[in-house]
Amino acid sequence: MDTREDIMTKLQLTRRGVIKAGAATGAGLAMPTIFVKGAAAYTNEPKGSEVVFGFNVPQTGAYADEGADELRAYKLAVEHLNGEGDGGMLNTFSSKALKGNGVLGKKVTYVTGDTQTKSDAARASARSMIEKDGAIMITGGSSSGVAIAVQSLCQEAGVIFMAALTHSNDTTGKDKKKHGFRHFFNAYMSGAALGPVLADAYGRDRRAYHLTADYTWGYTQEASMKYFTEKEGWETVATVRTPLGAGDFSSYIAPVLNSGADVLILNHYGRDMVNSLTQAVQFGLRDKIVNGKQFEIVVPLYSRLMAQGAGDAVKGIFGSQNWNWQLQKDDAASRAFVKSFGEKYGFPPSQAAHVAYVQTILYADAVERAGSFHPCAVIEALEGYKFDGLGNGPVEYRAADHQCFKDVLVVRGNENPTSQYDLLEVYATTPRAKVEYAPDNEFFAGGALGECNPGD
Amino acid sequence: MDAIILQILNGLDKGSAYALIALGLTIIFGTLGVVNFAHGALFMLGAFVAVTVRRVLTLSFETIDPTRKDFLGNPLKVKTTYVEHWFGPDFGQWLIDWSVPIAVIAAIPVMALIGLAMERGLIRHFYKRSHADQILVTFGLAIVIQEIIKYFFGANPIPVPAPEMFRGSFDFGVLLGFPENAIIYPYWRLVYFGFAAVVIGGVFAFLQFTTFGMVVRAGMADRETVTILGIDIDRRFSIMFALAAIVAGIAGVMYAPINSPNYHMGMDYLVLSFVVVVVGGMGSLPGAVLAGFLLGILESIASMKALIDLIPGINQVIIYLVAIVILLIRPRGLMGRKGVMED
Repeated sequence: MDTREDIMTKLQLTRRGVIKAGAATGAGLAMPTIFVKGAAAYTNEPKGSEVVFGFNVPQTGAYADEGADELRAYKLAVEHLNGEGDGGMLNTFSSKALKGNGVLGKKVTYVTGDTQTKSDAARASARSMIEKDGAIMITGGSSSGVAIAVQSLCQEAGVIFMAALTHSNDTTGKDKKKHGFRHFFNAYMSGAALGPVLADAYGRDRRAYHLTADYTWGYTQEASMKYFTEKEGWETVATVRTPLGAGDFSSYIAPVLNSGADVLILNHYGRDMVNSLTQAVQFGLRDKIVNGKQFEIVVPLYSRLMAQGAGDAVKGIFGSQNWNWQLQKDDAASRAFVKSFGEKYGFPPSQAAHVAYVQTILYADAVERAGSFHPCAVIEALEGYKFDGLGNGPVEYRAADHQCFKDVLVVRGNENPTSQYDLLEVYATTPRAKVEYAPDNEFFAGGALGECNPGD
Repeated sequence: MDAIILQILNGLDKGSAYALIALGLTIIFGTLGVVNFAHGALFMLGAFVAVTVRRVLTLSFETIDPTRKDFLGNPLKVKTTYVEHWFGPDFGQWLIDWSVPIAVIAAIPVMALIGLAMERGLIRHFYKRSHADQILVTFGLAIVIQEIIKYFFGANPIPVPAPEMFRGSFDFGVLLGFPENAIIYPYWRLVYFGFAAVVIGGVFAFLQFTTFGMVVRAGMADRETVTILGIDIDRRFSIMFALAAIVAGIAGVMYAPINSPNYHMGMDYLVLSFVVVVVGGMGSLPGAVLAGFLLGILESIASMKALIDLIPGINQVIIYLVAIVILLIRPRGLMGRKGVMED
C-alpha cells in the first residue's frame, strides 16, 4: 500500500524527470555538466526527509536590529511550515497548498548567515550556505547593495533568492535576475504613493531640498521623489549627497533654511536617517515659517525600528512603509501574524519581520504548487502568481521583473503614541494602480532577467 | 557670507568634539607614549553613560489599565517611573528632563574607573612594546568594547533628548544684521561649544597651575630625570590616563543629544581625531585643540553645496587633503616639537 509520502515521492520523480528532460533539450550545450555529473538534476536537490533554507541576514553591523527581527520571523515561518505553533498567516493565505507538514512532506530546517550589511560578506555567507549546508534557497538582506550582490550569486549558483529588505529600484530594475524575487516595495512606489499625499497635505506650491545618502538606494530614492513631487507642481531647490554614516549632518542641514526651500526630503535610512532627522528637528526647521508656509520634513522610507531611534523627532512626519502591524485593525491576515509573532516574542513585528515571513511562505507555497524544488519549476510557479491573505491585500508577483505589486502604505509619525511600538500611524493606503509602472519604465530600464539556471 | 559664518559655527561644534577627543589622545600619548586606538570607544562609552542614566531615571513599574488595550488586545500595562512615584510628577519629570547634565556628573567616576581599569589591566603591559603592537591591542580593545555595548544596547541609535529649555534653535543672523533664518543654530550646540571650551580650559589650567600638573609636564619632557628625583611618575601618568578617559567620556555624554548614541560612534570619530592629533603635532596639547577646530571648520565649509558642485566629493576628502598639505609643509604638524615619536 502506498503511503501519502510514497505517492508524493513518485509524483516528484516524474515531475523532476520531465523538467530534467526539458532543461536538457532547452539548455542544450549550455548545460553539459548535467549529463557528466548525473547525480542531481539541480543545485542542492533535497534527498532525505529534510530540506534546508538559508537565512542570510545582518547579525552584526548597522542593520543588526532589522536582521534580528527578520530572523525571528524566519524561525516563526519555519515553525508554521512544519505544523508547529498557531499557523499564523498560513490560515489566512489564499493558497491552501501548504499543509503544515513541511514542504513536499520534507521537514524544513534552516541555516543562518551574517551579511554584516556588506556585499562581500553577504556573498560569502550565502555561498557557504549553498555549498556547505546545501541550502535550497536563500532569503534575507538589509540594504539594496547586499540584496543585489546576493541575488546575482544565487542566479549563478542555481538557487532561488527571496529578497527581504531592499528598496532600491535597481533590485527589480537594471539588476533584476530570473532567480530573484522581491515582495518589498521600491523607491518608485514610495514616490508614487507619497507625491499626491504630500501635495494634498502641504499644497502644490512647495520648494523641496533633498539630502541623499551617497549610494544606489539613495540615488533611486531621490530620483523617484523628485519626479513625483515635481509632477505635483513642486520645485526642487537642490539635491545634496551626504556621505554614508556622516554622524553629524549639521553642515548639510544648516544651509537648508536659507536656500528658499520650505520642505526637506531626507533620502536616508538607518543611522543616517535617525541622525539627520533628529538634527533637522534640533535646528528648529519644523518651527519655521518659510515662503509664508510651515516648513516640513519628509522621510520617504520609514521603519519602526528607526523611528524608535529618532524618538519624538518623527511626530507628524510623512513616509511610506511596506507593512505596519497596525493594519491588524482591519486585516485578518495582519492580525494573525501580529498575534503569533507577538505571543512568541512579546512585541509586535516590524515590516522587516513581515517581509521575511511572507517571502518564506511564498517560496514554500510555490514549491508545493510546483510539486518540486527544481528552481525552474519554482520560478514558473511564482511568476505572475496572484495571492491574498498575507497582510497586504491582493498581491501579484509580476512575471516581467519579479516585483510584487500591491497597495502602498503612507504613514505618519504618531503625535500621541501610547507605546514605543505605535510611533507611526497609517495615514493612507495608495492603491496598487497608482504605484504601478510598465516593466520598461525609465527608472527600471536596462538589464534582463536572464534564463533559469538549474545549476549542477 | 552668511553661509560661511553658518559653516564656521557648525565647524566650531564639530571641532569641539574632535578637540576633546584629540586632547585626551595627546595627553595619553604625551605621558605614556601609547597610541590609544580605544580612545574613540571611551567617547562612545560616555554617550552610553547618558543612555544608561536616562534608563535608570525612567525605570518604571507597571499597573494594568483595563480600559485600554495593548497591541494583542490584552489590557494595557501603564508604566509609571519610580522617580515620579517617589519625588512627585514635577520633580520626577525634571530629573528625567535633565538626565544629560546629571549623566555628566555620573560619568566622571564611571569613566575614571574604566580608564584606570583599561590602563592598569591591559595597556600598561604594552608600554615597552612597539607602537604597532600598541595600536593593534588598543584597536582590538575598541572592537571588544563596541561589541559589548551592542550586545546590551542593540545596533540602532538610542535617542537621548537634551533638557527641554535647550531644544530648538537660535537665530544668530538677526543679531548680526542678516535676514531672518539666515543663520540658525540649535541651543544645545551652543551649550556644547561652551562646555568644550570650559573643559579644555580646565585641563590646561590643571596642567599649568597645579603642582601635579607641573610634575606631569616635567615627566612628559624628561621622564628619566623626574624618576631619578624620586617621583613615582607612573602613578601620575595612570591618573592622567583616567583624566583623558573622563574628558572623552563627558564629551560623549554631552554629544548624545546631538547624535543619538550607537555602538559605532566611537570609530566614526576616532580616525578623524587621529588625523587631528597628527596635524596638530604629536604630543602637543594646544596643537590638538587648534587642529580640532581648524579641521572641524574646514570640513563644514567643504560640505557647502556650492563647493560640492564645484569639486564633487570634496566634503569627504577635505580633512585628509589638508592633513597631507600641512604634513608636507610642517612634517611635525602645526605645533609639533622635535624629538616626539622620532626615536
